[in-house]
Amino acid sequence: MEHGSLTDESSSTFSVIDEDHTLANSVRFVLNQDPRVSFCGYSIPHPSDNNVNIRVQTTGDSAKDVLKDALHDLVAMCQHVRSTFDTSVTDFKATQPTKKMEVDK
Amino acid sequence: MTKKGFTSALDMPDVPMGKLPDHLEVQRTRVVCKADAPINTEGIQYSGAYATMGIDNSTPLERFTKNFKVEVIRLTEDEMEFDMIGIDAAIANAFRRILISEVPTMAIEKVFMVDNTSPIVDEVLAHRLGLIPLDADPRLFEYMSEHDVANERNTIVFKLHVSCKKGSERLTVKSDQLEWLPDGSKLHEVAPCFPGEQQKTYTSFSGSQMEVSKRPLGVMHKDITIARLGPGQTIELEAHAVKGIGKVHAKWSPVATAWYRMLPEVVFLKEIKGEEAVQLVDKCKQGVFDIEDLGSGKRRAVVKNPRACTLCRECLRGVSEEPVELRRVRDHFIFTIESSAAVPPEVLFTEAVKILEEKCERVISELS
Repeated sequence: MEHGSLTDESSSTFSVIDEDHTLANSVRFVLNQDPRVSFCGYSIPHPSDNNVNIRVQTTGDSAKDVLKDALHDLVAMCQHVRSTFDTSVTDFKATQPTKKMEVDK
Repeated sequence: MTKKGFTSALDMPDVPMGKLPDHLEVQRTRVVCKADAPINTEGIQYSGAYATMGIDNSTPLERFTKNFKVEVIRLTEDEMEFDMIGIDAAIANAFRRILISEVPTMAIEKVFMVDNTSPIVDEVLAHRLGLIPLDADPRLFEYMSEHDVANERNTIVFKLHVSCKKGSERLTVKSDQLEWLPDGSKLHEVAPCFPGEQQKTYTSFSGSQMEVSKRPLGVMHKDITIARLGPGQTIELEAHAVKGIGKVHAKWSPVATAWYRMLPEVVFLKEIKGEEAVQLVDKCKQGVFDIEDLGSGKRRAVVKNPRACTLCRECLRGVSEEPVELRRVRDHFIFTIESSAAVPPEVLFTEAVKILEEKCERVISELS
């Protein structure tokens, strides 16, 4: 849910339900890395309600587009983490000496 | 732009142009742990932080993919330790949080008591049964909600029927006495009205659960004590296990725990020689320092194994002038995952990353 102004699309607050620091902090980090962003942050209005408010202010672009780009970037980063991790684990397993088998387990 | 008698700091001859001066580079990439508390903990994330110096602090995707590395240090079927280099604390923490609370597992949720004359009350016994880790891959099962019928794709049924005979010694009920029922519940929900009528049980399995699971299901550890029975006491119950996440109840958390620490870095502020060097090597009980012989009887202290530093700060205690600076590298994380579920730790981490991707996709679809 986006709370913003109809005339000025470059700043708005996105209120996301069923999320907490896990996603919000990661998105805030990726948003900060985007040069189009002039301000970004998140807050949790009350710890018992599962809501998080993400505030994005940009240098001119639509805040919704910048947030969507940041989320796409985060997805790409996760996919890269996953593939790098899988390669490292396969390499590690290949270099391990064969473990002795426990026959009567 | 120089006024008379005024030189900008950036024009000083020894300031390297195009990259940050050393003290700012330390502030950007290291957390310094002083004798009382760490400083620079927050990290400079804003992309335009050093814009006045002409340095871009952003990490676009290409730079991230080029610099990101994973090195596995140790991998067994229960735990793994690996290094992630080039990632930020926000994302490393997100993985840790997801590993602990949002990766699903199977655990016993509903317990149908038939007979419990043991000294352990019903609810405590049910609580203990819920905490037993089960050897079932949660990826083969579906979630079950309130309105769903219990079938072989969302429920695992176990039976426990132990009695201690009168006159015999006390009996310890261990977790390996939980018997898996691949054909579903054997408890009848209602008494049969007609002699030949099909009995209605608490689950509706349409086939054997072996087809879903391909291998026999059971518990992970066979020696967990569930209860102790005295002579003449019995426990007879049926337990149904479902899929869940750690956020709802800690019994569904797949990790004993998962944690990370940042790579330690130890830097000498001045050269330590001779007797002081030997004392410094003695002070550090983790073996971070070592003596290097310079020849002609001179000895110098060097950093042998900075990774072993646990930040006990013994090297900084009791000295007036600090000989070393203890730092942490901000983007190098040493992750340890101890799995207590049927899934090995490397699969747990991959599932956690997938879950973060799903969260992002969900928000993207809400925004569109």
